[in-house]
Amino acid sequence: MQIKKTRKIALYIILTVILMIVLFPLYYAAVMSSLPDDEVYAYPPKFFFGANLIDNMVRAWNTVNMGRLMFNSLFTATSVAFAKIFFSILAAFAFTYFGNFKGKGFFFAMILITHMLPLPIRIVPTFELVKRFNWIDTYSALTFPFFASATGTLLFRQLFLTVPANLADSARIDGAGPMRFLFKILVPLSKTNVGALFLIEFIYIWNEYLWPLIITNSNDMRVVQIGLKMLLASEAMAADWNIIMAGTILALLPPLVILLTFQNTFMVGFGLKEEK
Amino acid sequence: MRSSFPNKWLPYLLLAPSVFIVILFLIIPSIQSVYYSFYRLSLFGDKLLFVGWDNFQKLFSSSYYLNSILRTVVFAAFVVFVGLFIGMSLAVMLNQKLKGMFLYRTLFIWTYALSPAVAGTIWALIFSPSSGPFNFFLEALFGTSINWMTDSTIALLIVAVAATWKMMGYNIIFFLAGLQAIPNEMLEAASIDGAGAIRKFFRVTLPLLSPTTFFLLIMNMMYAFFEVFGLIDIMTKGGPGDATQVLVYKLYKDGFVNFNTGLASAQSVTLFLFVAVLTILQFRFTERKVFYS
Repeated sequence: MQIKKTRKIALYIILTVILMIVLFPLYYAAVMSSLPDDEVYAYPPKFFFGANLIDNMVRAWNTVNMGRLMFNSLFTATSVAFAKIFFSILAAFAFTYFGNFKGKGFFFAMILITHMLPLPIRIVPTFELVKRFNWIDTYSALTFPFFASATGTLLFRQLFLTVPANLADSARIDGAGPMRFLFKILVPLSKTNVGALFLIEFIYIWNEYLWPLIITNSNDMRVVQIGLKMLLASEAMAADWNIIMAGTILALLPPLVILLTFQNTFMVGFGLKEEK
Repeated sequence: MRSSFPNKWLPYLLLAPSVFIVILFLIIPSIQSVYYSFYRLSLFGDKLLFVGWDNFQKLFSSSYYLNSILRTVVFAAFVVFVGLFIGMSLAVMLNQKLKGMFLYRTLFIWTYALSPAVAGTIWALIFSPSSGPFNFFLEALFGTSINWMTDSTIALLIVAVAATWKMMGYNIIFFLAGLQAIPNEMLEAASIDGAGAIRKFFRVTLPLLSPTTFFLLIMNMMYAFFEVFGLIDIMTKGGPGDATQVLVYKLYKDGFVNFNTGLASAQSVTLFLFVAVLTILQFRFTERKVFYS
């Protein structure tokens, strides 16, 4: 058993060393965000926290109008996540509880094909379209094009297929219509999956960069990710890394908090882990 | 046969929102990309002129574009292979049933929540030539330093390291899930047959993990081709020179900085061909997977 114990200890050591390497960039970014201006370019670099974290965050906040950017990102990510969940539940319901209606396979393929069409493949025409709608610098442009979800439709379809068939029968016998059945029975059954999908879609939209970059110009309509670019660009000669990092920490906190809070829901909801 | 609600028009109504969005914002613009790729904007930007295969000819005879393809392939290969190798190794270690592993897992998966732009900002600081800690350590340990603002090879390498780091959380999440789906009996049976840990890994774990590995291969590939835009825009803007100008960055520049609609669309179509090949591979593989699972 001696060998086993050494192996265990070795495993912990290896994991801890790798962990330190992986965590170091974030740790250093956090340290940097707390340093006063005159220590940013100190040599040797500072590896321990300074006292200026709040001060730097306030400065970053004011430099790029972060309050507004935060609101834009939060509003966009939340509304897209909810719309994706809602529309994909409706679509999945159509695919699972209405027999073989005409065009079913065609529509299913159509929704799945979105996986093959990431933004860069259609970027110029989508931009032109949004421009023709007069949607530049609007929430419509930031949200509507993302409302369909192949991932969500597949996820809920898979889930609805595992719901016992006689549940629908008894609902019908009780005189409940399809929409009542969907919202009173199927949706409550899907809570975990809704949570999981919310998490990945929120993170996905919060982190979106290219689309907001091309369809927003005014500082009022920018999102947090573009705020980082603005922070970097606002430095003429040498970068104020403490301010930039304070902004970076602000930008990464909301999705990180959501991930750590709903970690378990996420793993279970995507079938990545058995329910305990 | 599953029970179903007898309703003629309701399913169409339910599908309408998703289908409407997909047609309007995904399918029509994609078809237009193909259309635009055969046109160019007139000098005053008011007319589209048909130019046949000109845009494609221009692309594939330009050393800039060919270099960009090569660069993207090298970059993607790094992100995919290094990323999957590290992700799989860590997941195998994290999958051991030992005390405190839950905490370790959480500490390893958080990079999933980071955006490419955030990862880019953080690594730009780490590798900063003047004040970054990386050069400090390099100087202290080996008496040397690197400058990715001037050295093209190092610039591409550093961007790849940052991109791989950001994807690590995602890879570990899915590898862990794949590992947990492997029935314990299989591993026990192998142990009884006298297989050691390494043999067990190559004979049991690796083959049974292959669907996950393949899924991640595709996802990492798509990430390396398309989603790293923010990271590159923040870190290098394609520079120094055009050392980190991967395909998606060049597409953005031609489309939205140089306003060359036709040329940008031709690049979109080229990228689509790449996605199509990946998708076909994915379908082929998932069919085979059904075979032995």
